[in-house]
Amino acid sequence: MNDPLVPTPSGKPARLTGPALIGRFAVIGAVVAVTVVAFCYVGGWLAPQRLTPARLINQLQANAGVFPGYRRNHAKGVCVTGYFLSSGQAQTYSDAQVFAPGRTPVVGRFAVPAGDPYASDSSVPFRSMALRFALANGQQWRTGMNSMPVFPVTTPQAFYDLLKAQQPDPATGKPDGAKVGAFFASHPEAAAFLGWVKTAKPSASFATEGYLSLNAFVFVDANGVRHPVRWRMQPESTDAAGDAATPSGTDYLDADLTRRLAQGPLRWHLLVTLANPGDPTNDATKAWPSDRRDIDAGTLVLESTQPQESGPCRDINYDPLVLPAGIEASDDPLLPARSAAYATSYLRRTSEEAHLPGTAAALPKPETKL
Amino acid sequence: MNYSSSAQFTLAARVLHWLMAAMILTMLFIGVGMVASVSERHDWLIRIHKPLGIAILILAVVRLAVRLRHPPPPLPVDLPPLQKVAALASHWLLYALMFAMPLIGWAMLSAGGYPVMLSESLRLPPIFPVSPVAFAVLRHAHAWLAVLLFLTFLAHMSAALYHGLIRRDGVLSSMTGIRLR
Repeated sequence: MNDPLVPTPSGKPARLTGPALIGRFAVIGAVVAVTVVAFCYVGGWLAPQRLTPARLINQLQANAGVFPGYRRNHAKGVCVTGYFLSSGQAQTYSDAQVFAPGRTPVVGRFAVPAGDPYASDSSVPFRSMALRFALANGQQWRTGMNSMPVFPVTTPQAFYDLLKAQQPDPATGKPDGAKVGAFFASHPEAAAFLGWVKTAKPSASFATEGYLSLNAFVFVDANGVRHPVRWRMQPESTDAAGDAATPSGTDYLDADLTRRLAQGPLRWHLLVTLANPGDPTNDATKAWPSDRRDIDAGTLVLESTQPQESGPCRDINYDPLVLPAGIEASDDPLLPARSAAYATSYLRRTSEEAHLPGTAAALPKPETKL
Repeated sequence: MNYSSSAQFTLAARVLHWLMAAMILTMLFIGVGMVASVSERHDWLIRIHKPLGIAILILAVVRLAVRLRHPPPPLPVDLPPLQKVAALASHWLLYALMFAMPLIGWAMLSAGGYPVMLSESLRLPPIFPVSPVAFAVLRHAHAWLAVLLFLTFLAHMSAALYHGLIRRDGVLSSMTGIRLR
């Protein structure tokens, strides 16, 4: 800058000295201190008890271990690609472009809901399906669904407390049954989930499972009218559903999927359930009564599968709040927590892929058991 | 009345300064707040963060044009050289960050493969190819530069108060339009 310098003004104020000077410096210091404290408070650094996305992910890591480059939950999975063929029937309730008749390309992922990417396929009795619909208008719809009828808890804090209760005891390497029992004793909302999980069996195939949004969302129609909904993917393949025999081995799901896709595409129907007035939209532990109206919004057609280490689903964060115009979040408190926690998981695993300093170093991959 | 205490920034520069000061400070608080929250705050703060960031980017362009057209009033001639250098450097750092932060945020979402939505239906085109490595680098850069921006803001605010309360040399009033003694 070549600004001309200005001569010292003659009417310069008298120099401050002593207490007056100290007082004014103190005012400046106080303004800075208040700003810094407010900033640190908002950022959660002064509230170690506050539940943050980082603490949620840290707890998942404490329970399952750290597997660099992998998702912090639902770590074991496989990519799938295909398309969604809309029936046009949901258009009345949502003006999202994905529901206009026609095709929308989909990149999806099936997973075993565990934190360990090398866990056995039968380690948990449910599966998950995540989808990213790429709409022609450039908007996206991402959803992560699970093959269970209800979620065990209502709030992010309760989910965190559940994870804490399930943290393996270092002495035994297994969760402390007393802690888990105490958690469920103080969380009666988990009863529906516990009732279901008692008889649930790990399915032999991803293809025969139905996958539920669990959380409620809101469809917004062309007139701006809001319709609370939940959705689920209902499989057309039902051959092995309810099959009592769980296959032997630890990695049978991918092989089953590859075998089925070699014979032709796999299909699910996207069923959208419309809430009745008064149905809870903020409580994923409560199923809506079974007489609620379902709309068959269209067919999900999956045509091919790829390993998650190299497939197109690898770098997608299936954040359930990436929604197109016409679909909105409900007041379910789990939704923003999922969005926030997935973002943290995504940053950690992409940082590991980038080998950024301070990130977990890659572990030698255990022998493939396929 | 003397020259240094009557020389002022133009009205356009003053309006832009105070408007953007409020927006940028709000933005910094929204940013640290949203990434530390799992509540519904997380979602609505992000919905404000993106359009507000783009608004700051647009205003930064306008502001740079105003600044180039109307150079700021000169610093007092008796300001020690080190303070003069600090003043100039911090101002250019603030300008650089006003451009860099929104652009990095935009590029970061593009690299992560996210649609860059400013509202329910208003979408910006991607400005960076999809790449997880680039996403991670840009996302960390966004956070660290936010800390740098906050620290630069603190230095700027402290210096302004030092000029206004202690030196009383007309530097603060050239931006406030108010005489403080």
